[in-house]
Amino acid sequence: MKRNGIYFWIGAALFLAGAMLMTQVIGNQYPFFACYVILQFIVLAVAWSILGGYAGYVNFGTSAFFGVGVYTAVFLFKATGVPLAVQIAAAAAVGALMGFALGLLTLRMQGIFFSIATIAATIIIETAITNWRYVGGASGIQLQRPAVMAPFDNYVEMLFFVQAVMVVLAVAISRYIQNSWIGRGLQALKDDELAAECTGVPTLRLKLTACVISGALMCAAGAPAAMYLQYADPASAFNLNYSVSALAMSLIGGTAHWAGPVIGAILLGVTQQLLTVTISSEVNVLVLGVMLVLFVVAAPEGIIGLIRKVRSKRNEGEG
Amino acid sequence: MFSFELLLDAVVIGVLLGCFYAAVSLGLSISFGLLDVPHVAHPAFLVLASYAVYFLNEHYGVDPLLAGLLITPLFFLFGLVAYRLYYETFEKRGSDAGVRGIAFFFGIAFIIEVLIILLFGVDQRSVTADYVGKAWRLGDMRIPFRLVVAFVVAAALTILLTLYLSRTFMGRAIRAVAQDQEALRLMGANPIRIKQWAFGIATAVLGIAGALLIIVAPVEPTLDRTYIGRTFCVVVMAGLGSMSGTLVAAIILGVAEAIVLTLFGASWAPAISFAMLLGVLAVRPQGLFGRRS
Amino acid sequence: MAPETQAPLLRISALTKRFGGFTALDNVSVDIPPGQRFGLIGPNGSGKTTLINCISGAFRTEPGTVTFRDEDITRLPPHIRTRRGIARSFQIPRPFRSMTVAENLMVGLDFAADTSVIVSEAHRREAMMSILTRMGLASKANVSATKLSQVELRKMELARAMATHPKLLISDEAMAGLSSSEVDEVLDLLMSLADQDITIIMIEHIMQAVMRFSERVMCLEAGKIIAIGTPDEVMSNQRVQEAYLGT
Repeated sequence: MKRNGIYFWIGAALFLAGAMLMTQVIGNQYPFFACYVILQFIVLAVAWSILGGYAGYVNFGTSAFFGVGVYTAVFLFKATGVPLAVQIAAAAAVGALMGFALGLLTLRMQGIFFSIATIAATIIIETAITNWRYVGGASGIQLQRPAVMAPFDNYVEMLFFVQAVMVVLAVAISRYIQNSWIGRGLQALKDDELAAECTGVPTLRLKLTACVISGALMCAAGAPAAMYLQYADPASAFNLNYSVSALAMSLIGGTAHWAGPVIGAILLGVTQQLLTVTISSEVNVLVLGVMLVLFVVAAPEGIIGLIRKVRSKRNEGEG
Repeated sequence: MFSFELLLDAVVIGVLLGCFYAAVSLGLSISFGLLDVPHVAHPAFLVLASYAVYFLNEHYGVDPLLAGLLITPLFFLFGLVAYRLYYETFEKRGSDAGVRGIAFFFGIAFIIEVLIILLFGVDQRSVTADYVGKAWRLGDMRIPFRLVVAFVVAAALTILLTLYLSRTFMGRAIRAVAQDQEALRLMGANPIRIKQWAFGIATAVLGIAGALLIIVAPVEPTLDRTYIGRTFCVVVMAGLGSMSGTLVAAIILGVAEAIVLTLFGASWAPAISFAMLLGVLAVRPQGLFGRRS
Repeated sequence: MAPETQAPLLRISALTKRFGGFTALDNVSVDIPPGQRFGLIGPNGSGKTTLINCISGAFRTEPGTVTFRDEDITRLPPHIRTRRGIARSFQIPRPFRSMTVAENLMVGLDFAADTSVIVSEAHRREAMMSILTRMGLASKANVSATKLSQVELRKMELARAMATHPKLLISDEAMAGLSSSEVDEVLDLLMSLADQDITIIMIEHIMQAVMRFSERVMCLEAGKIIAIGTPDEVMSNQRVQEAYLGT
């Protein structure tokens, strides 16, 4: 256990060092544009999995949290011009609050009712933002990037590195939850909520905790998006594509282990980037949908499940 | 600004609109309400039907309502296949069908959306027929003829389905399977076959409903997202599986939407069904006219 | 007069539970003193499981109160009641299916065990193994809960309940569907638990088992108590015989 932890943190440090190195060495902007999106999806998928994977509550509201993150940043930037770090921290706080409020309202519902309620919340929030003139209303708002901070010589490179830090943060949190009593409680309530209650698990409190953490991470992941695009509008910030992507990446990767959503997000994120460039952005949503359905039908435990199966077969073969 | 006439206007339009909402929700009332299938793709099936009607109308000049009737058998078969696939992969395996079943239909919905975009593009599409552009005048009130058509067809559809479920052998079997699958098995009937048939009916109804959808207003590929709110709102508010409840709930939604539209403008309209849905789920998940306790 | 000198462990007073128009429990009152082996019988649908659900907190009751160790627990959610010392098994076993037997028990130890006794992770594993050994499941510790036989599943549910360190254990038809030798096995287990100062409420259809096990038996019919007393008293009661023979 302990040794695993050391390897994990060494890996995380290497990952961040690599990301930093990339920003100093590579001059071309395109890799950062593409990788930023992949990193953003890793955060979203990992965050989704904390509630959707560990607790089994299928959240269709990823785009609600993402969009609120975008607009928290937009509002703060327009009103006060605070730096990016403050925007992200504020978005995380708003996301946590929103997770708490939404959770209180919806987490007593089961299965499909919860999922439908999260879509409902998404559309309601989107409609409210659409009618909010200060942040641009339906037509959106243009944003001018401020000067970039050292050691970066380009704003996109900085955003890329910031998102890489969030990946490490999200994965570390998810990994901690999985290995702690919180994870064990969530797994128990996912299997059987009444049996979990009667074994002493405070199910509502654990679900709320998961919802708050998941919401905070999703909102934080959305905050830099406004600066990335230099533009924000409700229809794209609250696009249901974020919901289906986060869900698909988690389920395809597998939700039994924290690494599942990471694998799923990298796999699908890279595929999507390639498809968007070579064919069209419609086709990449199609691929996402087809992959989701295929995996859900044929490999219910996702890639992690497939790996475990192969491993146990090999062990049997040797033993 | 706001007057009694305007309110009356809104109520009349709302009732007509509500009947139309009932027509597009009836299928979900069977598939989700009676059969407990987490059919998030229902609105996507609906929009798909609209595009099929559009295709027949645009290229062969078929009247939209007739086109809706023509695609009904196809949709029935489509429903049979869809349920079989769902049953074999999820219901049969039993445990943990929840998360994956929901994800399955969510994925199907997105696949249909993108296929429509690839085939027809992202632009709005509409149908041509004698009754689409015209309107009735009742005093100062202007009632679009397309809404009247939708109202009449929707009412007929609701009555037919109610009769089917209460008077025919198969209809009664469908309602029985919703209440006690085991009892039906003991009587020698195959509950899976009955559920598959019911899902077929639920999908077949979408043929006509899809025709109404494109008669009432132009459609676009992502229109299903709005209708997730409307259809689930109606079915949940109705109390799962009640046909007459579906009609009443749909009219409540229609009137609420028409009034908000008059008072606050179109930009708030999408949120109404979702807000009502969220309200009903939070306060009274068994619906206003609940069948189940 | 012995029970009156001792404060009851569990006191149920004037409990009523309705579902819509149907009254599942009608003004039920009973005291259970600490250490008693209490049998609960009654025909199907008489309200036994409803009563259990009201004691363990799965249902809220209105009106009526449930008092446990001199504390009113009527409004507490199930997990708090578990931590206060009420554990249960389920009529149809409800294991955590994605977990091994050991992990099933760890949930109880993580969330409900007495933290003054069990402090470290090593402590917890030790406690888990000792419960499994006592239940005869030690060899199954790392087996998935879905791979267990019926009797093993029943034992695991009791083991998981024991992991929460209960003062009151409610066994809801833990012997249903078992062979007669397996019934004896589970019965002996429950007896040995009762010897360790755990009060046990046993719901059972297998009359021999209830009679052998219980010091005191209560019979419900249509949500009402129709007899309460020693096993012999209850069995010889006219109404109990009628309820069971259906005459």
